[in-house]
Parts: sequence; structure tokens; C-alpha cells
Amino acid sequence: MAKYILKRILTAIPMVLFITILCFTLMHFAPYDAIDAMTNPRMSQETINLIKAKYGFDQPLFIQYIRWLDGLMNGNYGYSIVTKQSIAADLSVRIPNTIKLVLPAYFTAYSLAVVLGLLAGSRKNRATDKLIDGFSSVGIAVPSFWFSMLLIFVFGYKLKLLPFVGMNSVGMESSVVDFLRHYIMPFATLVFTFLPANIKFVRSSTLTQYSEDYVLVQQAFGASRREIMFKHVSKNVLLPVVTRLGMALPLLVTGAIITETVFGWPGVGPYFIKAIQGLDYPIVMIILVLSATLVIIGNLLSDILYCLIDPRIREMG
Amino acid sequence: MDSVLLVLKHDKAAVISLIILAVVILLALIAPFLPMDPNATDVINRLKSPSISYFFGTDEVGRDYFARVIYGGRVSLLVGFLAMLTSLTIGVAVGTISGFCGGIIDTVLMRIVDILHSIPWMILVTVVSIFLKPGIQSIILVIGLFTWMEIARLVRAETLSLKEREFVLYAKFSGVSVFHIILRHIIPSVFPTIIVSATTSMADAIMTESSLSFLGVGIQQPMSSWGSLLQDAQGTMQNNFFMALIPGLLIIITIFGFNKLGNLLRVYVEPKVMNDEKE
Amino acid sequence: MEENNKNHAVLSARNVHTTFHTHGRSVQAVRGVSFHVEHKEILAVVGESGSGKSVLMKSIMGLMPDNAEVVADETRFQEQELSIMTPEQLRKIRGKEIAMVFQDPMTALNPLRTIGYHLVEVLKRHRKMNGKEAQKEAIEVLKQVGISSPEKRLMQYPHEFSGGMRQRALIAMALCCKPKLLIADEPTTALDVTIQAQILELLKKIQEENGMSVVLITHDLGVVASLSHRICVMYGGLIMEEGLTDEIFYAPKHPYTKALLRAIPRPQSGSRERLESIPGMAPSLASPPPGCPFAERCKFARETCNEGIPQYRVYSDTQRAMCIFSDEELSAMEKEVQ
Repeated sequence: MAKYILKRILTAIPMVLFITILCFTLMHFAPYDAIDAMTNPRMSQETINLIKAKYGFDQPLFIQYIRWLDGLMNGNYGYSIVTKQSIAADLSVRIPNTIKLVLPAYFTAYSLAVVLGLLAGSRKNRATDKLIDGFSSVGIAVPSFWFSMLLIFVFGYKLKLLPFVGMNSVGMESSVVDFLRHYIMPFATLVFTFLPANIKFVRSSTLTQYSEDYVLVQQAFGASRREIMFKHVSKNVLLPVVTRLGMALPLLVTGAIITETVFGWPGVGPYFIKAIQGLDYPIVMIILVLSATLVIIGNLLSDILYCLIDPRIREMG
Repeated sequence: MDSVLLVLKHDKAAVISLIILAVVILLALIAPFLPMDPNATDVINRLKSPSISYFFGTDEVGRDYFARVIYGGRVSLLVGFLAMLTSLTIGVAVGTISGFCGGIIDTVLMRIVDILHSIPWMILVTVVSIFLKPGIQSIILVIGLFTWMEIARLVRAETLSLKEREFVLYAKFSGVSVFHIILRHIIPSVFPTIIVSATTSMADAIMTESSLSFLGVGIQQPMSSWGSLLQDAQGTMQNNFFMALIPGLLIIITIFGFNKLGNLLRVYVEPKVMNDEKE
Repeated sequence: MEENNKNHAVLSARNVHTTFHTHGRSVQAVRGVSFHVEHKEILAVVGESGSGKSVLMKSIMGLMPDNAEVVADETRFQEQELSIMTPEQLRKIRGKEIAMVFQDPMTALNPLRTIGYHLVEVLKRHRKMNGKEAQKEAIEVLKQVGISSPEKRLMQYPHEFSGGMRQRALIAMALCCKPKLLIADEPTTALDVTIQAQILELLKKIQEENGMSVVLITHDLGVVASLSHRICVMYGGLIMEEGLTDEIFYAPKHPYTKALLRAIPRPQSGSRERLESIPGMAPSLASPPPGCPFAERCKFARETCNEGIPQYRVYSDTQRAMCIFSDEELSAMEKEVQ
């Protein structure tokens, strides 16, 4: 098994490298670059060359790439073209805000999905199943931003119960109650967004397990519905459920772009959207590299988890 | 066919959503022939409530909201349809070539699929959209170019098993060109899969387009889609929630409808999905 | 014959019907079957796939999915009527009084649970043992079915067992509660030929040791020859012929039984006699023929065969066949053909 994991890690590295090359090339061929941002047409060519030399833009492309990659590894993500701020510094504020929102929401949604999915799957075609499956079918079709608009209208405008912009009210940055009041609606939106697809996933895994021969065998040996559910099916369903968790890793950065934008939550979302609109390439590329890397690490994690839990693989290799 | 009717008999939600979907598509198709103009402003009739003359009322510059919603639907459905075609074309081409040729071609193509798959679609689509001139063509292209990976995987898997079937082997030994085998033998056989994927792909494309347009990086003024109508409605929502309600509901029904259509087609092409009893 | 045998029957069923209802259509898998299993006997139920043999046994045990409707005049196990039991009462009998072994040992065990877990759960459930006792008993049962170093094997997962070993483990599971009746549903079909013989021998051995009754469901008349005491031949959801093993093999009465026998390879005869396959296909049970289900493929079939399901002709205390023609009539017809 250790051999397998090592092999998986070794294949993941070239993929990450390839993605950095892709991003770097995209950035290089972008119609507007960091030099344009630092210079203006009135500067002499000499000055421009000096600036280029200072930031290393006079070097061959390959060297530039190596330097950029080196910077990435050392946490030097470069600077925003628009605000001239350090991207690393910005992200170190933004990412924790996003995680604060996404992590609890994902866990809530995932736990709910496991319960509801198992329930629906074990009562196939009964009323409970139809209700839960119907909910997830409709839920998948609901745009998350529309759901948040609905929440804002009801709880923000009509009932005037909850604030819906930002993370804190001005001057109440240290108030936990104020933070929680801001937290409720984006959190609810995210839970609602993550829920339906996960329910469908758990339900279909459950249905697959119930159609397995071993369930019939257990019945033939007098196991009750309850025993089959809790001693067999749920354990087997949890295997794909737990391994899927790894794949949720990139959500910690990019999982709430739309929701954060709607609620003005100071996370990665609005930062990214602003960068897109302002053609702020360095930021866009960093987020691209970051999220792709997280996807690859997430998949890796998933595989490793699978190896650790499944006895059929555990003893091999 | 019987099995499809039987499923429909038991799924009222599917029937209703498919009927509404058909009406919406029909209205979107014949919109230019209807006596309405989504851009005509009328300062006297601003922010009217729904009535006989304005089914969905008017917006803040007095434009007929019903007309705007129908025309928005035209854009959303068109983008969805063309993006789906693009993505299907690439997906089927990559899937069949990869599966049929195997070897190094397969490895390279599947690696590309893996890599593209590993970047969240939102990020990918928005990044590329800044390299293209804003406009409906780039939205279609961008969505189409980055949503074909799942289809490629499905088609490849089926091609792999088809490759070993007699009729394909026979064609191969009689010296028919790879291109011809793929076109004449493989693609017709994977057609059911393609059709089912098309509906899911369409639903996904519509969702992607509306999210992009809502974020302001999709369809640009003066054109509007359901997503951009929602973006506009966000500002005036407090007093005119109705205008935020309608496009959202239409997106939901459309996506729900296409997903249901996909399920029905799946039952139609492989009825065993339903008949799961043995002996 | 009926009355006299039933008195010491372990299981007796009268007029069992099982119908599947799927989206408004119905499939009649079992269409009125009566049979009984005597004390300490091995009864073979033989038939092609789709003949309803497996459905019949699952119906009696209450193991059918929700969309199946089971109706019977009587399904009596020892002194208890199964059809009037609550699911809860029936559950207490399953695995304890009646145990079942299935066709595919590769999928019959939960891949994420150890062999020991499977056995211990049954012992705890039906024999109310505590963990330690159950563990000890499980080792005993594994020994009984010929699994070496059972202490170690107990801790292993199904994927570490070969197909034959898994089937042994499943038989061990069935033996846990010393059941009165063991139903073996094609227990050797998924196994290698060499392993098949071992498993059949094992079944015979445990049947004798424990004095149980066994119902052996199989599509292969060849495997039951040396094993079973009696045979029921099923076709199209009905029992075509029933009799002692010798009667079925040496004096078959029904054209279908005869056709089946001609399809068994007999190496010892060493002859050049060709194996005969039965032409045609089994009838569709969604719209079963009104008469004898075998009529369509039967070379003796006449118009009258399609007029209602035939009555049984009784040939001896133990043998009966569902054909409108008597044995003599059939022989005469055969001579005519030649």
C-alpha cells in the first residue's frame, strides 16, 4: 500500500507542475501585464527597461518561470497590479474568512446528507424517499445566488432580522453576536448549496449497497432491518462517503465564490471576482494554481483515505 | 417507450416541468414574431405590477418585464444549447479517439482530461473569459471548451468495450480507416450515451451561464439572460421582489426539466434501469 | 401418498403462487406449486434459470422484495404455519430453524466485515451467546466445515478467502444454529468443477451428521444424482415431475424430464451418443401459455396440451408427472415417430 501511495504522490507532482506552466503561459500571453501596470506611456524606453530588469522581466521566459515558481514555493505570490498589495498578505486574511464560512457549512451539509441519504436509500420509493429525493432534485436546480436573494429578501428586507452585508457591522468587529448574525444567511445558503448533490451521492451509494447479495443473505439469516442498516449497509456506505471528503478540500478556497460575493463576505470570492473584472492577472493566476493544487492534493487524500479504510486494499502492496 | 410512459405516470413533477419547459422553449423560439419589445422604454409605466397588458409588470425604466424574461430565456437557452453542442463535439471526439486509438494518444488525452478536471470550473471559465472579447460567443466557447471532460470519459469507456465487438473488428481488418470506423460504427453505437449526456450538459451550461452573468462576467448589456436579469433585480429587490422571483423560478424549472428529461431518456435507452428484479 | 408423508414432513407447501408487480405489469414466477420436504432427506429442486425454483424457496422464507405477491394455501414448517407469522416471528426462524446458502459466495458476504463477524452475529442473534462464547462456537463450526486454522481465518476478510472457502464459511454460518432445514440455492454454480464436488460432499456430510433436511436448488440434474433422495423438476413456474431420485433417473415420465436427462453428459457410458439440447426457449412468465408450459418445445405436444394446465398423473406413492399423456401413450407416440 505504501508503494501505491508513493506512486500516487509521484504522479501528482508532474500534474501540479504542468498546471503552474499552464498558468504562467496564460499570464505571459495575457493582453496586459505587470509591466504595463508599473509603467506609463510617458516613460522613456530606458526607464521601462530598468523596471523590467528590476523585476526580472528581461530574462528568458524559462528563467522567469523558474523564478516565479521559486517565489510560489517560498510564499512570495507577487503583487496585485491594481492595488500593488502583496497577494500573499491579502490571501492570508481572505482564506481564513472563507474557511470560517465553508468548513462548518460543508460539515453540516455533509452530515445532513449522510443521514438523509441513508434514510432515503433504505426506504426506496416510499414517501420518505420521494420527499428527500424530490428535495435534492429541485435543490440541484436552484442557483445558489437566487437562494441567497430569497433569504436576503425575507430575513433582510421584510423581517429586518438579519444583516446581509459583510462579516461585521462597523465598530462591532469584536462582537461575537454581531458576527453570528452576519454568519447565518451565508452559512444557510452554503449548506443549501452543498446539500442536494451530496444527498444524491449518499442515496445512490445506499441503493447500491441494498442491492448487494450480502443484504439478502443477512435477511436470510434473520437480521432485522435495523441490524442490516447499522451493522452492514451504513458501514459500507461510509467508505465512499469518507473518501469523498478529500475531494472537498479545494472548496475551502473556492467553495463560496458566488455566496461570498452576494453577501459581501470578505473572503476569496469577492477578491477573485474583483481581480477578474480588473484584469488583475497575478491574483487570478495564484488562485488558479492554488485551487488546482488543492484539487490534486484532495484527490490524493481521497485515495489515501480509501487505502486506509478499505480492508481489500489495506493489506495489498 | 412503454417504460417511459410508465415512469411519467408516476412522476407528476416531471410531467409538469417538461410541459413548462416546452412552453418556455416555444416562447423563446417565436419571441421575435410576438408583439413585444424587451428594450422599449416607457417612462410613464415604470415599475408597474403585473397586469393584463404587462404579464410580469415593468422594470424601473418601464420595459415590459415579460418580454425581457422571454428574451432573456432566448439568450440563456441559446447559450446552453450551443455550449452543449461544443462540449459534446469535443467530448465525443476526444472520447472516441482516446478509446479507439489507445496507447500514447490515450494517455496524453486522458492526462489533459485529468488536469482540466482538477481546476474548479468557476475558476477556469472566468480565467479564460478574460482572454476573450466579452460577448455571447465567448461565453458559449468558454463553457463549451471546459465542460467536455465528463462526456469524454463516458464515451471513452464505451468505446473501449465497443472496440472489441465483431463489427468493429471486422471493419478494422478489412482496412477501413480509423476515421470511418469512428464515424460509422463507434459514434452511432454510443449515441444513446451522447443523448443522455446532452441533457445534463445543457442543464449545467445554463447554470454556469446564469452564475457568470449574475457575477457580471457573463452576458453583458444591452443583451440580457436570466442570470443578468437577476443581477439587475438584485438592486431593486427590496421593492420589486417579483422581478427577482421570475427569472430564478424559470432557471430552476428549466434545469429541473432538462435533468428529468435526461432520466427519461436513460430509461428509454436502457429500460433495464427500471426492471431490476431477477428471475 | 400425500397424507402419509406430510405427517413427518419438515416443510410442506400447498399451491404457492408468486407474482411480481412492476409498473403495472405482472410476472407470474411461481404458478401453483405444492411440495414437501421430509425429515433428514435431501430434496433436489431442478430447473432451468427462470423456472421459478429459487423464487419458490425465497417466497416461502419471506425473502421476496416488496413488489412480489406471495399467495399459498399452506406453508407449514414443522408445526407452524409460516404465512400467518408476523415478519418479526418469521425473522426469528430464518437462520435459526431454516438456513439458506446462496449461489455466489463471492458476493454473499459483506466485504467490509470479517468472516468471524458474520458468524458471531448469527450466534449472538439466535443463540443469545455473548462475544466470547460466540467466538469459541464460531471456531468449532469452521472446523466442522473443513476450514483449517479457524482461529486465524476468523479474523480475515472475505477477499482473503477463495470461492470454495467462502462457500464453506457460508455453510458454517448456516450451521451455526443447527437448523432443521437447509436450503442451498445453486451452491456450486459459481465454483470451479473440482471445488463443486468438495462442497457437495460437505453438504452430504453435514446433512448426515446433523440430521437436517436439505433442499438443493440446481439447474444441473447431473450434480444431484448421487446426492439427493428425491427430485422435483420445475419448469415455467410449475413442478413438472416429482419422484425418488431413482424414479426420475431410471423411469422418468414427463417429456421435459426425459429431455433434461438426455442433456446430461455421461462419461461412463463412453458412447458416441450425442448430447441433446432442448430446442426453443423457456416461456415468458409475463404472459404464460394457458396450458402446459412445455408444450411449445415438446415433440409430443398436441392441440389439447394448450387447453389448461394439466392434472398430475400419479405413477407411484412417490412419483407424479404433469402431463396429459400417460407414460404408455408417450412411448407409443415415440415409436410412431421413429
